[in-house]
Amino acid sequence: MKRVVITGAGTVNALGLTVPDTLEAMREGRCGIGQLAFQDVERLSIQIGAQVHEFDETAHFNRQQLSLYDRFTQFTLIAAREALAQAGLEFSGELAAKSGVVLGNSGGGMTTLDENYRSVYEEGKNRVHPFVVPKLMNNAAASHVSMEFNLKGPSFTVSTACASSNHAMSQAFQMVHGGLAPVMITGGSESMLCFGGVKAWEGLRVMSKDACRPFSANRNGMVQGEGAGVFVFEDYDHARKRGAEILAEVVGFAMTSDASDIVMPSKNGAARAIAGALHDAKLNPQDVGYINAHGTGTAANDKTECAAVADVFGAHADRLMISSTKSMHGHCIGGTGAIELLACIMALRDGVIAPTIGYEEPDPECALDVVPNEAREAKVDVALSNAFAFGGLNSVLALRGV
Amino acid sequence: MTVEDRVIRIIAEQAMIEPSDVALTDTMQDLGIDSMGLVECIFALEEEFEIEVPFNANEPEKSDFDISSVQTVVAGVEGLIARQKA
Repeated sequence: MKRVVITGAGTVNALGLTVPDTLEAMREGRCGIGQLAFQDVERLSIQIGAQVHEFDETAHFNRQQLSLYDRFTQFTLIAAREALAQAGLEFSGELAAKSGVVLGNSGGGMTTLDENYRSVYEEGKNRVHPFVVPKLMNNAAASHVSMEFNLKGPSFTVSTACASSNHAMSQAFQMVHGGLAPVMITGGSESMLCFGGVKAWEGLRVMSKDACRPFSANRNGMVQGEGAGVFVFEDYDHARKRGAEILAEVVGFAMTSDASDIVMPSKNGAARAIAGALHDAKLNPQDVGYINAHGTGTAANDKTECAAVADVFGAHADRLMISSTKSMHGHCIGGTGAIELLACIMALRDGVIAPTIGYEEPDPECALDVVPNEAREAKVDVALSNAFAFGGLNSVLALRGV
Repeated sequence: MTVEDRVIRIIAEQAMIEPSDVALTDTMQDLGIDSMGLVECIFALEEEFEIEVPFNANEPEKSDFDISSVQTVVAGVEGLIARQKA
């Protein structure tokens, strides 16, 4: 089996429009959550989110491209450009024929849907732009990445709500690990910060009106974010041969299904995914120094996740660090696992653990070291990234420093 | 602006060239407008003139709207305006 390494990373999210800016914000414990700004926002009871501001799409794309790129595709392409520039890869011949793109995404072109529904339902128009379908389809981002970089191998989009990116990256890992593809572009993106997108979440009554405070006793819900994270997963030998810089090694993953409830998390399903990833990566629980938590800031997720970690790690659960960066970049739904993987890479490469900000009161049901409020320097050899989705679909990735 | 000027402006924008570079005898192919670009053009014409253009991208040659040159498109739009807005 091939070893799989990460040789490029890119992102767009509320903390930064590049990886260095995002990691700096995480080190400083900066919060990207603020007042939402879009049409009809005054009709929402939830007014906050981690929205990407200061983003000028016309600086990156021409008019023709913008008629085809929903915001989630725009974020993906910009993140992919950053990742591939770092990896220094160009695709032609056999490399192009075998390499592909697997991306996570949950809502597709939600902004496009919202704008066009508004136009036909509210404004009573009877005609929509001809590219509404290719713009809103969930695979649009993966397809445009394949076109821009000439990737002709296996490409598709994975949709498992909040675990979409982790499922996508698990698939990409498997393809490189098994020798099917020398390089896979992977990660995910989401952009549902529009009236309809937030209104739908509002209905579920799990959203916080003031802040995302994972693991804190006074937490009162999740806060949505938006953005993309894109990585280059590459066969280790391929990367070594061309002298590529290696950011981290992906050493294993696991996916499980709770098979129990459409929204309530399950300790058992989460624990089986964490334990499964350790088993797949041939790791002992004591090897793990950091976990990037799913940590949504809801009452149910955080206590269930902590209980699952305690179950799997036993006494070591009190020695490892676990933080939720959603407190800073919000819950980026189908793109969240990809953005969160950046915190794992920072822990392994730079020895900096991103904090859980907004932490105010200890919760006895979340009695782990959640790296409250301030980043910490620590040497970490192995990091895990958790994602537990609505629908009971879980995926955990294991990374090791190189 | 005449209907012809407005049609040419829309076609030129789609072709990403100046309106002065569009000749009435040009075909869509001459102007580098592919099938997707043509569909977008027709949408823009419908919006501009508030008309419905009978056009099916599956069989453009059977549509009751002649797209063989800029000239025929202008004539087609003029005909539709006359009929649909009468």
